[in-house]
Amino acid sequence: MNLLVLAAEEPQNPLVPPIPELVIGLIAFVIVFGFLAKKLLPNINKVLEERREAIEGGIEKAEAAQTEAQSVLEQYKAQLAEARHEAARLRQEALEQGTALKEELRAEGQRQREEIIAAGHAQIAADRKAASQALRQDVGKLATDLAGKLVGESLEDHARQSRTIDRFLSELEEKAEAAR
Amino acid sequence: MSAADMTLAFEINCHFEDGTGCGFPGPTLYSFLFKPIFGDDSGLYFNKTMLLALLGSIVIVGFFWAAFRKPKVVPGKLQMVAEAGYDFVRRGIVYETLGKKEGEKYVPFMVATFFFVWMMNLWSIIPLAQFPVTAVIAYPAGLALVIYVMWMSVTFKRHGFVGGFKNITGYDKSLGPVLPMVMVIEFFSNVLVRPFTHAVRLFANMFAGHTLLLLFTIASWYLLNGIGIAYAGVSFVMVIVMTAFELFIQAVQAYVFVLLACSFLQGALAEHH
Repeated sequence: MNLLVLAAEEPQNPLVPPIPELVIGLIAFVIVFGFLAKKLLPNINKVLEERREAIEGGIEKAEAAQTEAQSVLEQYKAQLAEARHEAARLRQEALEQGTALKEELRAEGQRQREEIIAAGHAQIAADRKAASQALRQDVGKLATDLAGKLVGESLEDHARQSRTIDRFLSELEEKAEAAR
Repeated sequence: MSAADMTLAFEINCHFEDGTGCGFPGPTLYSFLFKPIFGDDSGLYFNKTMLLALLGSIVIVGFFWAAFRKPKVVPGKLQMVAEAGYDFVRRGIVYETLGKKEGEKYVPFMVATFFFVWMMNLWSIIPLAQFPVTAVIAYPAGLALVIYVMWMSVTFKRHGFVGGFKNITGYDKSLGPVLPMVMVIEFFSNVLVRPFTHAVRLFANMFAGHTLLLLFTIASWYLLNGIGIAYAGVSFVMVIVMTAFELFIQAVQAYVFVLLACSFLQGALAEHH
């Protein structure tokens, strides 16, 4: 590795280029320039261009996706609004139906109550009539028996008896009428 | 840099106050001349600098080959690093100065130039190599020459012979009586000074950087005796500091070299008034 010149010869002016080194220097530079200019830089330029396109393509794709997402969102929103509208309509309908049903049931109840009341009234009237009929007979019989015992004669004669009782009761009713 | 490397570098076991009376063996122009690996100094030869130049271009091509041979749309780590470097030159330098439309066809050239110069500079601090190829004027001069030829041909292709001449001499009627003086100055500036300074700026920076590194490494070796040991330590710290500084300067010089090339082209492509 002892490459230094230590001989006594005068070194030449350092600003005067030695021709062999000039030539080698240019050759070395041409090697570098040739490889870079002919092969390696075109290579990388192509890839840089591809990368730029890939990035731009990616941006375009993203934009397309965004547009699609926007339209789908709008569609969904429209569908949702429609569904809400439908639900409101159904609710309204159900409410109306419910109200009608309630009304109907109430009317039915009312009618049944009135029927029951009417039936009750009729029953009561019939019962009273029957009771008053029975009472009249019983009261007549009792009164006749009592009168027979008091008068000492038999008032068993049916015809007379009936007439007398009827007359008596009619008088009572007339009195009641008059008193009213 | 180890002590063993340094003995290889200047072969003399000379220390501060070691009784031999040898002086401080500072760096000289010889530090930039290498004994040819084969051939002789008179004609055709092949030396360490040339070896590093060729190795450097293999390293660059190898790196970009690994990164960009089968590039992926979703990049791996290596591809990402290489893309960052590529994009730095493409957007940060070429598009900034020439614009996307005009600059596009110069991108490969500028990318190659940037990484070539940077690699040649980097050899300065890579162990065992430890010599910036660009500290030999031939390498920056070659690149500057290529850029100069390109710049001039673009100027004349764009503006024709008269227009190109006007472009180079900064022809502007509104300058009035000072116009001839401006034209002479601009002509010298563009045709002679610019390509020269373009090459020398890079060369001198790397030359000076290497000299500084040599100075401190030789000093830390030379002072390694008696009381000098403390100073050797300081000097060695400076070696580390200067190495870090060189790392920065190497990248900056590569950037400046390419930026200047672009700005020359920008001037050539500019519409004349």
